[in-house]
Amino acid sequence: MKYVDEYRSADAALAIAAELRTLVEPGDHLKLMEVCGGHTHAIYRHGLDVLLPDEVELVHGPGCPVCVIPLGRVDDAISLAERPEVTFTSFGDMLRVPGGRNRSLLEAKARGADVRIVYSPLDALKIAVAEPDREVVFFGVGFETTAPATALTLVRARERGIHNFSVFCNHVLIGPALRAILDSPDVQLDGFVGPGHVSTVIGTRPYEFVCSEYGLPLVVAGFEPTDILQAVAMLLRQLHDGRAEVENAYGRVVRRLGNPRALAALETAFAVREDFEWRGLGAIPRSGLRIADAFADLDAEQRFTVPGARIEDPKACRCGDVLRGRAKPYECGVFGTACTPERPLGTCMVSSEGACAAYYAYGRHRT
Amino acid sequence: MGVHVQWAWAHMCLGIPGQVLERLDDGLAKVDFSGVRREVSVVFTPEAEPGDWVLVHVGFALAQIDEDEARATLQLLGEAIAAELAT
Amino acid sequence: MRCVLRLRAAPHVSGVVTLADGAGGKASRRLVEELFLDELRNPLLEPLGDAAIVGMNGARFAFTTDSYVVRPLRFPGGDIGELAVNGTVNDLSVAGAVPLALSAGFVLEEGFPLDELRALTASMARAARDAGVSVAAGDTKVVERGAADGLYVTTAGIGLLDLRAVLGLQRVRPGDRVLVSGGIAEHGIAVMLARGNLALEIDVMSDTAPLHELTASLCAFGPSLRWMRDPTRGGVATTLNELATGAGMSVVLTENAIPVRDDVRAACELLGIDPLYVANEGKLVAVVAPDSADAALAALRAHPLGAGAADVGEIRAADVPLVLVETPFGGSRIVDMLVGDPLPRIC
Repeated sequence: MKYVDEYRSADAALAIAAELRTLVEPGDHLKLMEVCGGHTHAIYRHGLDVLLPDEVELVHGPGCPVCVIPLGRVDDAISLAERPEVTFTSFGDMLRVPGGRNRSLLEAKARGADVRIVYSPLDALKIAVAEPDREVVFFGVGFETTAPATALTLVRARERGIHNFSVFCNHVLIGPALRAILDSPDVQLDGFVGPGHVSTVIGTRPYEFVCSEYGLPLVVAGFEPTDILQAVAMLLRQLHDGRAEVENAYGRVVRRLGNPRALAALETAFAVREDFEWRGLGAIPRSGLRIADAFADLDAEQRFTVPGARIEDPKACRCGDVLRGRAKPYECGVFGTACTPERPLGTCMVSSEGACAAYYAYGRHRT
Repeated sequence: MGVHVQWAWAHMCLGIPGQVLERLDDGLAKVDFSGVRREVSVVFTPEAEPGDWVLVHVGFALAQIDEDEARATLQLLGEAIAAELAT
Repeated sequence: MRCVLRLRAAPHVSGVVTLADGAGGKASRRLVEELFLDELRNPLLEPLGDAAIVGMNGARFAFTTDSYVVRPLRFPGGDIGELAVNGTVNDLSVAGAVPLALSAGFVLEEGFPLDELRALTASMARAARDAGVSVAAGDTKVVERGAADGLYVTTAGIGLLDLRAVLGLQRVRPGDRVLVSGGIAEHGIAVMLARGNLALEIDVMSDTAPLHELTASLCAFGPSLRWMRDPTRGGVATTLNELATGAGMSVVLTENAIPVRDDVRAACELLGIDPLYVANEGKLVAVVAPDSADAALAALRAHPLGAGAADVGEIRAADVPLVLVETPFGGSRIVDMLVGDPLPRIC
């Protein structure tokens, strides 16, 4: 596959790994946060952690939009799905995420709710057109990578006068999450492997505060093995040189100013919520998107009533610590025992990008 | 990307490179991914022409792949390999 | 001191059958073990193989059954009729048996068009001829409109055990090689995309095919052939997990050795599915002694259905039997047992 396979070159990966070893001193303990769940997944899937020097520790971050959805919001989604007139559409990832009392959209589907997996929000809109008797709700989940797709779909729905469509909006913003991590007193990091695909939309400029205000380097990275290793090499070189800059190692798709059209779509269709609760991270101001007033009639939260309950995470669940890089999956007391992919207590174990899921799936044979 | 291990369903950060085959109406294009074809919205990458490569996420092209940058990255990888062989 | 509470798999959480129970993975296994085996327990059933081995008066037969609920009924490369014949022929073949005869039970929905039924039956007849078997017995039931989604088929089959074959999980040894007869994931992708829900166009066809000739060529290797299986629902990953658990040894695959067509691989990437979990209907997995691996591979490749055969990995002793994939980067990852159902109603 072009633009994929070339960046999976084992020779290149091994060569970069060799260079990494020259960039550390024995006794170093460098903690780099890979923000994006996609990076966590890629690292474990390809077994790249074996290529890192012992002195470098990759810490998982909050860049898993599925993982950070609080239990209460999942319950709200389930309540929408359970309405007989609703066809609830969602990305596949969300189906097994547990809400309160361990229910999920998949389980609601088994009990008769009309829940359907879609690849794109435009597919959900197609269903609304094809089935005018159904109230189609789309579960909008994701960072700024995915939000433009939802935005455009809302615009299309409006343009075409499609009324039986609405969005349950849970889109979140990566910038505030990064700041919340940086402001966490107990988190100590030396640098960031910056998210790749969010950056195609927002560009690299939004990360500049990480360097200017917190003095840490950040390198935006792609998702193939050599992309990730290259970014780690660039971070180590920065640390070695005493620099703290934003660098772009994913230049083939990321530009400094991002994608202005996608950003404009976000401005049109969304407004920023004052507060949004993140699972494990608590309320982060101005970190979540809601549907703009101009599109209020397409807002599922306004068209329908949802319980809106705030549900505590299970006591044993340490998703919050994992999402903040304070704990490794295997350090959670219920990892692999009470919390498994089949019966997850927390979202980190369910989402394909969750650190716990990746570790359990791919790496648990290594501890 | 092989998710799956257990969950076997789409992986949200997923952005896949594909090649534009033809432009269609309504801001859509037919895009080829190694022999699999899908309609993709190119509203965010309106300059993409047949033959160009785009990065696609949830049915939307988010960026056109910059072939020069891609080549530059590959060059760096090549240099890393050469440096390693030389040691 | 921290007490680690290791919970056994809980009883079925929801109290009802879920789609995951039909996926061929962990949930299916639990349903079979905790409900069906629990109630039906007997020595013939306990091995939970694809086929039961029944002996009588010195002759040994393989006996198996399968139900076919695939949607849509017709898909690129085949239809439910062909699938129903080949699937059961294959279960007999990988048990080391020469398929002799099948029975076919039909559950038909009121209103199902007769010409379509005839066409699907003709398809079964063709498949049976190609496999050298007869459909010797059958049954038909009709249910009210809405109760059967068109058509369900159940086939049962009986075959005579090839005396050269000495198959069983207990025969697997560390160092044995794992062979796959060709490119994986084609059936599952072809059917899924034929449903039209995912708006992907691909030229892939189901690989549904009778494997009796391939298996016969492997049975010629006698005791060097340890075990065979056709990786249907849940894909190669599920089959290899059953192998690892049943043999008590790890299966270690080499990532780049696993044969997958480019377009199938791309479809899987787009959908976020690992091809190892996608159903096959014309492929087999075989475990062979290391010194017979090259010859066995050649035997597979000599047959049109085995042209893409590959040696994908080996069996290793392990304290905790796992299926692992070794990546080109020197790392490895676990290929776990399937939990959810990526592709319902695939066969």
